[in-house]
Amino acid sequence: MEMYLYIALFAPIVGSLFAALFGAQPKTPIVGYVTSALIFTSLVASTVLLGAVMDGEIVHVELMTWIAAGDFYVPFGFQVDQVTVIMMMVVTLVSTIVHVYSIGYMDHDKGYNRFFSYLSAFVFSMMVLVMSDNLLGLFIGWEGVGVCSWLLIGFWYHKESATWAANEAFIMNRIADLAMLIGIFLTYWSMGSVQYDVIFAEAQYIDHSTLVTIGIFLFIGAMGKSAQFPLHTWLADAMEGPTPVSALIHAATMVTAGVYLVIRCAPMYDLMPEVGYFIASLGAFVAMFAATMALVNRDLKRIIAYSTLSQLGYMFVAAGLGAYWVALFHLMAHAFFKALLFLGAGNVMHAMDSELDPVKMGGLFKVMKVTAILMIIASVALAGIWPLAGFFSKDKILEVAFSGEHYILWGTLWVTAGLTAFYSFRLIMLTFFGEERYKNFGFHPHEAYKYMLYAMSPLAVLAVIAGWFEHQFVDFVTQMLPTFEFHTHHVEMILILVTSAIALGGIITAIVMYRNGPLSTKWESQFAYKVLINQYYIPQIYEKFLVQPYRELSDIFWKQIDMKIVDASVDAIATTFYNTGEATRGMQSGNLSTMLKWMVAGLVILLTLAVAFSVGYIAIIG
Amino acid sequence: MEITLNHYLVLSTILFAIGLIGVMRRKNLLMLFFATEILLNSVNIGFAAISHYYGDLTGQMFAFFIIAIAASEVAVGLGLLVLWYKRNGSIDLDMMSTMKG
Repeated sequence: MEMYLYIALFAPIVGSLFAALFGAQPKTPIVGYVTSALIFTSLVASTVLLGAVMDGEIVHVELMTWIAAGDFYVPFGFQVDQVTVIMMMVVTLVSTIVHVYSIGYMDHDKGYNRFFSYLSAFVFSMMVLVMSDNLLGLFIGWEGVGVCSWLLIGFWYHKESATWAANEAFIMNRIADLAMLIGIFLTYWSMGSVQYDVIFAEAQYIDHSTLVTIGIFLFIGAMGKSAQFPLHTWLADAMEGPTPVSALIHAATMVTAGVYLVIRCAPMYDLMPEVGYFIASLGAFVAMFAATMALVNRDLKRIIAYSTLSQLGYMFVAAGLGAYWVALFHLMAHAFFKALLFLGAGNVMHAMDSELDPVKMGGLFKVMKVTAILMIIASVALAGIWPLAGFFSKDKILEVAFSGEHYILWGTLWVTAGLTAFYSFRLIMLTFFGEERYKNFGFHPHEAYKYMLYAMSPLAVLAVIAGWFEHQFVDFVTQMLPTFEFHTHHVEMILILVTSAIALGGIITAIVMYRNGPLSTKWESQFAYKVLINQYYIPQIYEKFLVQPYRELSDIFWKQIDMKIVDASVDAIATTFYNTGEATRGMQSGNLSTMLKWMVAGLVILLTLAVAFSVGYIAIIG
Repeated sequence: MEITLNHYLVLSTILFAIGLIGVMRRKNLLMLFFATEILLNSVNIGFAAISHYYGDLTGQMFAFFIIAIAASEVAVGLGLLVLWYKRNGSIDLDMMSTMKG
């Protein structure tokens, strides 16, 4: 099994390095095929590992020693258990599909080879993140995906907005990663190790306040990666990257790393329900907060990005309330239908010459039937309609909230479920139905390549059927994760009905409201619309109260401290030496007699010093 | 008056000072060699006197080494001096400034 583990882990990096060989060249078709084949290899190896783990075997290997200093020992260790193998399957499956899809999507791009190199490097980092058997290895993967995300958001680096978005994402993640690093340091400091098995066994014996501090710091790291409030603004801006990147990184895999961290640290978070409750509350808040922003947005990808944010909130509610397997289940289901939704949006973008405003589309169903059907499947799954994947996972999260008697959380999520259905179908209606407004703007849409659609079809199938395996899934992951006791058997059917009702209600409202195209522009002058379209003015607030003061502070530091103190003192040292040299160069007259005189002078000085010091030394000792 | 160690050391110091002044003041290369010899031998006096005072032969052995080194130094130095004189016709120190930067 070790061999399969190594294949699953290292096949993507081989692909990335291979693509990097052709990095500076224009499109080389073989790069796309080789990287896709290697990611597929990784998928096959992960499937073999899934079989092994299902048979009860947990694969744990130590590749080599990484850091060994005194008592501090960290190996390059990898572990494949129930949670990891689920993550590996999700990552490699979505990656394979996105790679194949990208062959078509990036067809005419100059950076074709570079794109595949970055994309495969991302998959490798993600595999390190999920497979590592210690926190430090996870952190390396964590940073790796951050770097690849930066590279890919800023892939079209000649665009000012893309580089800005890339930097924003990177810097926000840096802030969170600092907290995460502190969490890891604290873990080592209080438990003496960063290996999962050691710290989870140790966690119950250490001081509770220390444990809570560790939990909070690790969660701040998770907040950055999973774009939770207040570090959420980067995710919507990250949509500047190519759409396959949004599908893979900013929907299916990287942004769920935060949820993965909380699930992975389940034994620790189980010991501190107060932190868990905070996580759940924040999750519920973000779920609603993001959904409201998605209601009015006029950018296809940003709507889906807010939806991702909202669904991540759902996952955190489940994870925070101790229903770790539910969070993992929703993570998996969400990865499938959200990646599908993004890839569909990519097809629409391709058809519309990169136009993203659904108001300028309309009636695309006639020209893009397959894409439309795939996106409708994904949206129905996202809305949580029986019997698609989203129904099972989202319903369970609501049940979790209800079961713990957290009625406020439940209510928030319930309303959000309605909003989710509404904005998903607003998007569908504006894009695919109604009047063919794109004709007024001179677009000539066309369906995407056949193989791109074929590549998407497995996701569509999974978006439909993933929920049907709930019982097998529960049995499988609860071998490792704690089980969750539901106290809702008496109201289960009512909850399901109520949730489905609001989801259906949202869909129907959207269809009725948008059946004739976009609403009149009258209500765009209303306060609520303005707040939502401006993302609650949070980017402006950040700009005004954080970025501007920071810039001014940096200016002061640059002009006052750096230039007047640091630079000046360094310059002073240099000029002193220069002037001394200038003043003493007369000594080097080349005359032997003068040199001998200087030699004698030096001798006298040294002798005097030697005598003076020895006298002083004797005086002190004596 | 008995001659003590101090007398020898004073003699050594005086000779050293003479040698040092010679090294600094003289412009003739040959005179410079003489001054160097005086320096070396002043040290030899010091070595021999202290060696005798402590009854330890090491100092005297060292003095012999210095004599040998001084002899070889002078032998090489005089050879170079003669060669220099043949080539330039002068052994004035102030004329030897080809190394001036």
